[in-house]
Amino acid sequence: MHRLVEFLVGLLFGLGLILSGMTDPGKVLGFLDLFGAWDPSLAFVMMGAIAVGFFAFAIAKKRTTTIFGGALHLPKASHIDKRLVIGSTVFGIGWGLAGFCPGPALVSMASGQIQALWFVCAMVAGMLAFEALERNR
Amino acid sequence: MMIDWTNFSPWSAIFGGVLLGVASALFILANGRILGISGILGGLLPPKSGDTGWRLAFLAGMFVAPWVFLLLAPADLVSVPRIEANTLTTVIAGLLVGVGTRYASGCTSGHGVCGLSRLSPRSLVATVSFMGAGFGTVLLVRHWL
Repeated sequence: MHRLVEFLVGLLFGLGLILSGMTDPGKVLGFLDLFGAWDPSLAFVMMGAIAVGFFAFAIAKKRTTTIFGGALHLPKASHIDKRLVIGSTVFGIGWGLAGFCPGPALVSMASGQIQALWFVCAMVAGMLAFEALERNR
Repeated sequence: MMIDWTNFSPWSAIFGGVLLGVASALFILANGRILGISGILGGLLPPKSGDTGWRLAFLAGMFVAPWVFLLLAPADLVSVPRIEANTLTTVIAGLLVGVGTRYASGCTSGHGVCGLSRLSPRSLVATVSFMGAGFGTVLLVRHWL
């Protein structure tokens, strides 16, 4: 039952990424190109998502369990540190270079796009490098 | 500032965004988890016993999405992605995105959509950082180099 919900939510999220234009690197770079011909569409994606998410998380914060009675894991971390800022900045540089962030890259790879496959392989390598660095800290 | 009216697509952007919001809402309220792609994928590297099933089920859903979209969507909504970066740049970008999102504990979905939705100052700082870096990188690559 839970596996089916997770599958369907993944499907819905993937459809949202495609419909919104997030899986088109050209569209993402058009949004990030503030000083060229700027395509503001992706700001509308965020507005649509947050308009729904805001109410969902307002409800989630008041609950201790999910609607199925399971554990509700809201993030506890609230500290703002170098890891957060530097990590996000490194991510943003990669995002601006190729126009892919993790979700759209995975969906594009699944659609058979070779450039997205390269991106995902490198991204997984980067994540594994992070794990290795963390273990040696 | 110059607006690119040819590519501007506010309606599909809003409806697509609403789908992302609904998916995030279902995930926290039904599964009790934050819908963050870098975290869902990163948690499989390496896999931990008892914590893989939900991640794989979610990713499987994402992987069938482009094919379901082709079946359901009217032809004028199906667009061909525009790829600008060459393979070397793409690989470097992938490495940066992989390392950066794990250090920051989140990406566009976890910090951007879920974090901003729950009014987390930490996620706001993350979002401002990666958006700022994205704007700066495109400025550098498209206009200065």
